[in-house]
Amino acid sequence: MKTVELGASLPDAGPRVRLRAASKGTAARLLGLLDLRRGGILVPFIALFVVLSATSSAFLTKDNLLNIVDQQASTLIPAVAVTLVLVAGGIDLSIGAVYALAGVASAHFALVTSPALAVAIGLLVGVAIGAVNGVVTTVFRVNSLITTLATAYVVSGVAGLATGGNIITDFNRPGFADFTRSSFLTVRTSTWVTLLVVLLLGFLLHRTTVGRYMYAAGGNAEAARLAGVRVYDVKIFAFILSGTAAALGGLIDASRVLSAESSAGTTLAFTVLAGVVVGGTSILGGRGAVWRSVVGVLFIALIGNGFDLLGLDPLYEQIVLGVFLILAVGLDAWTRLRRS
Amino acid sequence: MPAGRGPIPTHLELRAVSKRYGGARALESVSVGIRAGSVHAVVGENGAGKSTLGKVVGGLVAPDGGEVALWGTPVRFRSPREALDHGVATIAQELAIVRELTAAENVYLGVEPRSSMVVRRRELRRRYEDLCEAVGFGVPANAVAGRLRVADQQKLEVLRALARDAQLLVFDEPSAALSRDDVERLHEVIRSLRSRGRTVVLISHFLREVLEVADDVTVLRDGRLVRSGPSAEETEETLVQAMLGRSFDQSLLPKQRPEPGAPVLLSVRDLWAQGVNGVSLEVRGGEIVALTGLVGAGRTEVAEAIVGLRRLARGSLVLCGRVVRRPTPRRMLHLGLAMVPESRKEQGLLLGRPVRENAVLSVLPELSRLSYVRRGMERRAVSEVLGRVDVRAAHPGAEADTLSGGNQQKLLFARVLLTKPRVLVADEPTRGVDVGARRAIYELLGRFAAEGRAVLMISSDAEEVLGVAHRVLVMRGGRIVAELDGETATEEELVAASLLVPTGPDGVPSAASAGNPGLVPQACQNDAEVAP
Repeated sequence: MKTVELGASLPDAGPRVRLRAASKGTAARLLGLLDLRRGGILVPFIALFVVLSATSSAFLTKDNLLNIVDQQASTLIPAVAVTLVLVAGGIDLSIGAVYALAGVASAHFALVTSPALAVAIGLLVGVAIGAVNGVVTTVFRVNSLITTLATAYVVSGVAGLATGGNIITDFNRPGFADFTRSSFLTVRTSTWVTLLVVLLLGFLLHRTTVGRYMYAAGGNAEAARLAGVRVYDVKIFAFILSGTAAALGGLIDASRVLSAESSAGTTLAFTVLAGVVVGGTSILGGRGAVWRSVVGVLFIALIGNGFDLLGLDPLYEQIVLGVFLILAVGLDAWTRLRRS
Repeated sequence: MPAGRGPIPTHLELRAVSKRYGGARALESVSVGIRAGSVHAVVGENGAGKSTLGKVVGGLVAPDGGEVALWGTPVRFRSPREALDHGVATIAQELAIVRELTAAENVYLGVEPRSSMVVRRRELRRRYEDLCEAVGFGVPANAVAGRLRVADQQKLEVLRALARDAQLLVFDEPSAALSRDDVERLHEVIRSLRSRGRTVVLISHFLREVLEVADDVTVLRDGRLVRSGPSAEETEETLVQAMLGRSFDQSLLPKQRPEPGAPVLLSVRDLWAQGVNGVSLEVRGGEIVALTGLVGAGRTEVAEAIVGLRRLARGSLVLCGRVVRRPTPRRMLHLGLAMVPESRKEQGLLLGRPVRENAVLSVLPELSRLSYVRRGMERRAVSEVLGRVDVRAAHPGAEADTLSGGNQQKLLFARVLLTKPRVLVADEPTRGVDVGARRAIYELLGRFAAEGRAVLMISSDAEEVLGVAHRVLVMRGGRIVAELDGETATEEELVAASLLVPTGPDGVPSAASAGNPGLVPQACQNDAEVAP
């Protein structure tokens, strides 16, 4: 006979996590990107880096490494912004759709106006959708998972309608490509843009009042509200940033290949969230860091790069990635459980 | 009346049981025997340890010291499930029913009669009806549990325990959420359990209820056993005396009288909100006003309505001479009213964030320029205020949940004090706090008031209320039912006002609500005009 215990929930399974404090480096002090309280993702990342350096002569070259980062531009930029949404206690599944619509919109306007205006319009698309996501999840109190899933459908549909399912090409507008393909100090503009966004959002999350409020809103919304934090505004701001970042990703890829289509970016949300979560940012809110997401996304990129360089069957790549994802989330859940 | 006079075996015995939570002592070497087939009540003030005792009996909490013996044999329950295997069940205040299922399905949830995977519905129903008949009470088998009244839901919990062959049932404050009629029903259930040989432990703060249904009563005070004996030998008055004792807490400080002409800083008129039924009160500068009453009397609800955590249905709120129509915590903070909430973990701290960030959360804009947090200013502000409230944190960079309960509470005071409020609302400021921190918090409140600011303190602790407050407002049923002078009132008066229902079949208070209606709240500044 089996008895089921009702009401025997876990005692106080709140966001109680005790981390060991450790000293911070000077560089970290300056930028706040490195919050070394919990190594987490760094250890496997460095291990993989060392292994790849040792096994493949092509890995540890400036070209290969810069290439990896540049290829990840349209993943890294949304990833650092989505980190802020997760820290503030939300989730954004609409980034793939925003990426597609912003790409399509900018590619279209690049045909008829100046490249700069096309870029601005693309970004505005992201701002607008982010604002809608933020307002619906806070003011109307719809769970952000559902809100952003719904906006993802709507935005995808709009992108498909606008293009009629066709690819928009800008081959006769090379100026639109300068946005990514030009280079500065032998490094491509898209890489510089990525670096800039990472630094900017890292600074925002770790050194400004808004960043503090994001941790407060995601860690304990009730306490934050009582302490006078405008929880809704903070969350809406995070969603706007994530929408804008997704749009920037779409712009970068559209500019890079001088074309865009509405079906792009369908798996982007999953890739981005995988990177963020592998990095160690909690999907339950209140915990995470920008540098973690950078390392998480690059870690996944290294796995892919390693499969290429070592000539392994790419079919195994997804399996490896899935296993790492489970390990990362499992570790997070386990540390929470152990502390409570 | 007790069933028999012969040698009744002891069903369950606590032998020198102790339990601490962090620094706070919940139970200290308590020994109690519970006779088989009796109704055994446990009474005490809020925080006296009666709930902890119930949890030890029910296996929800393992004692730190001493042992629990069942039929004379020492047992150690590691979970409520294990306790149930030994025939001990707890009927918690939070009922664990599945609202969508029927009464019968709830009772046999997880132990349904079945053939392979399919539930045998007719057999389920037959068993359920047999059970109801055997125990002498019940609920229609097909009633949907979520639509039942609370008392009937409680019956389902009891039936569920009985269906698993429970012999001893612990009721933790079962009547707190019940209407008067439902309390009667509950008592019938308890009596019928006793008449069928079950043992009942009843944790309650309703003394009349205890005297009506219990055979034995155990009185706890400050985690210690005062006495345990037949309830026939007790009256409400003797119980109140036993609960209070004579010991006065020496941690209390002499009170400084507020100045007679001090302005009214907070004025609330006819406030209605969920759980608040027309409350009027005012607090003057330099004054500490305590809001007391039983748990569930509506005290926290009043505080939440004032700070804007609870929507106001109607009523007027005047803070420092300014009418506030729609309070929000942020608005009230800017107008000079801050609140230290009852629950540090749920409403107070960001447990995973550093002490420093917790302390400055409400004043970050003052410590930043163009939104950039100026860490030097932050560090200075934090060390200054932590010194003021005397938080002995290991490090301002340590996470808040590494602090003791007392230091966590002081950290919340630090956050609030940084906002320089004129009015402070403190909900159970010393709950779960050790004696040293308690004294420090009283000092803080005293100093705060001495600076001409106002304190509205919510507290269940009679000693604390009388020791700290200048004026005491007693609540029951969402209203203020009595006002006492903090200097002259006695603990008996206070406890009597909150416990003993003076009149009325449905709790209509005999005392008029406090406050003199003609008085118009003044501005914080003395030069503001005053209506005649």
